[in-house]
Amino acid sequence: MKTYEEINEKIAAGKAVVLTADEIIDYVDKNGLETAAKEVDVVTTATFGPMCSSGCFLNFGHSKPKMRITEAWLDDVPAYAGVAAVDVYLGATQLRYNDPANLYHPGEFRFGGGHVMEKLVAGKKIQLFGLSYGTDDYPRREIRTWIDINDLNQAIMVNPRNCYQNYNVAVNCSEKEIYTYLGYLKPGMKNLTYCSATQLSPLLNDPFYMTIGIGTRIWIAGAHGHVYAEGTQHAPSCKRGENDVPMGGSGTLALTGDMKRMQPEFVRGVSLRGYGVSLAVGVGIPIPILNEAILKYTTVRDREILAPVVDYATDYPEATGKVLGYLNYEELKSGEVTFMDKEVKAGSLSSYAGALEIAEILKAEINDGRFLLSSPMAPLVREQSMKPLVIRENK
Amino acid sequence: MPTRKLLLYFSKCETEKPIVYRLVKDYNLMINIFRAKVTPDEEGYLVLDVAGTDEDINNGLEYVKSFGVTVNETLKGVRWDSVKCTSCGNCIPRCPTGALYYPDKHALKVDFDPTQCIECLNCIKNCPFDACRSLF
Ligand code: SF4
Ligand code: SF4
Repeated sequence: MKTYEEINEKIAAGKAVVLTADEIIDYVDKNGLETAAKEVDVVTTATFGPMCSSGCFLNFGHSKPKMRITEAWLDDVPAYAGVAAVDVYLGATQLRYNDPANLYHPGEFRFGGGHVMEKLVAGKKIQLFGLSYGTDDYPRREIRTWIDINDLNQAIMVNPRNCYQNYNVAVNCSEKEIYTYLGYLKPGMKNLTYCSATQLSPLLNDPFYMTIGIGTRIWIAGAHGHVYAEGTQHAPSCKRGENDVPMGGSGTLALTGDMKRMQPEFVRGVSLRGYGVSLAVGVGIPIPILNEAILKYTTVRDREILAPVVDYATDYPEATGKVLGYLNYEELKSGEVTFMDKEVKAGSLSSYAGALEIAEILKAEINDGRFLLSSPMAPLVREQSMKPLVIRENK
Repeated sequence: MPTRKLLLYFSKCETEKPIVYRLVKDYNLMINIFRAKVTPDEEGYLVLDVAGTDEDINNGLEYVKSFGVTVNETLKGVRWDSVKCTSCGNCIPRCPTGALYYPDKHALKVDFDPTQCIECLNCIKNCPFDACRSLF
């Protein structure tokens, strides 16, 4: 039994024992749960994959004369300006003005909100174009200028949904090729895509949110941010395995962090052919080993985590809820699986190598005493389902 | 028989000469063209495998160079940017030859072996992170 305070004291003294969620598996196998729970203080988890529901609040500061911006474009990508005079929210999935989208299917979606965020973090100049109707106190009606992240007063990433606990495996059972947010899927279930950091994934290592909650300090693309709320679509009441690990989407986290402290290699615009643009953000979350039960959960391994296989040609778009079956991540990571009597090539969208790198970076920061753990201010809800949107004939 | 993968760059004026034909006929070379972009009055590129004896290959290349064609053995038509690549792995099942691959099945970090690449361009259409590009 340990407390957050005890672990933080050890971290500050440079004496904490920290392992990644990858390393802890063999460690516990070798030393046993009881001994390991005494010895190990922190297990680092991480994920680095495309995740829509990302964006950022930006404050430009005031021009001379002042302007109350009502419409704004950053590198021609529209940002939501209905926040305040010089505050905007830029969404990761926003397309660039005049992007032909899927007019010529499949569209390429080469540049959008996520790419602008990548440029900002990389310190590159972007064009701000803004319009207004003009007021007595804010007379300017038009602005065009070039700015980089250092010109901004604030650039705060706010991701309403991240770190999906588990996720669908996408296949295509139809006769024609399809393009989805999980990539290109050949007809006749010839390939599949999964998207998870698997045994490194934060919420797969803490399936009932015993340590990760609202207020938990996190590593987000190099900055130290925190979980500010449950993520949108947080739906922990789902089918779970004997090890309590969800067998579908389940929990999510809402994250925030200061973009001025982020590293560009972990904030990456994503182009999904035929689908749209998005953003991949690298996230690392430490799990304090307060007791044996918490440690036990962190020893989860790929073959014990099951993901639902869903047909993205019919069942997913039609929201039938049908699951074709389950595959574990050890099979999926092997690159080829047998499913419904077919040989299916397995591809990924989330970077395991990237997640491993982040778990190691976070481990090094904790070892060096640069990252202290915080206990949550409030726990995440453990019972909740996702509601569909009902289309009503009248009110 | 030695096989070499080459990228030929034609400046504007050389595109009308039957260079490939000569390489086959006069220098006994087996040619496998992966990709070509040869438009009259414009510069052109040719990515090919040449197989033959070392002597025939060298003589053939001398002949090609005599037209001012640039022969590049290290540069490929498909470029993979190791910095931009996040190792998401989305290209792996779509690369027909394993040119994009995982050297280590545990670390799952993606690498590119240009000698295996047949320039099918699948990865370029597919890469969500713009890590794969074509020289032309
Ligand atoms: S799809 Fe692109 S980013 Fe992903 S592993 Fe392949 S080359 Fe790298
Ligand atoms: S062009 Fe084709 S063969 Fe070459 S790396 Fe890309 S997918 Fe593989």
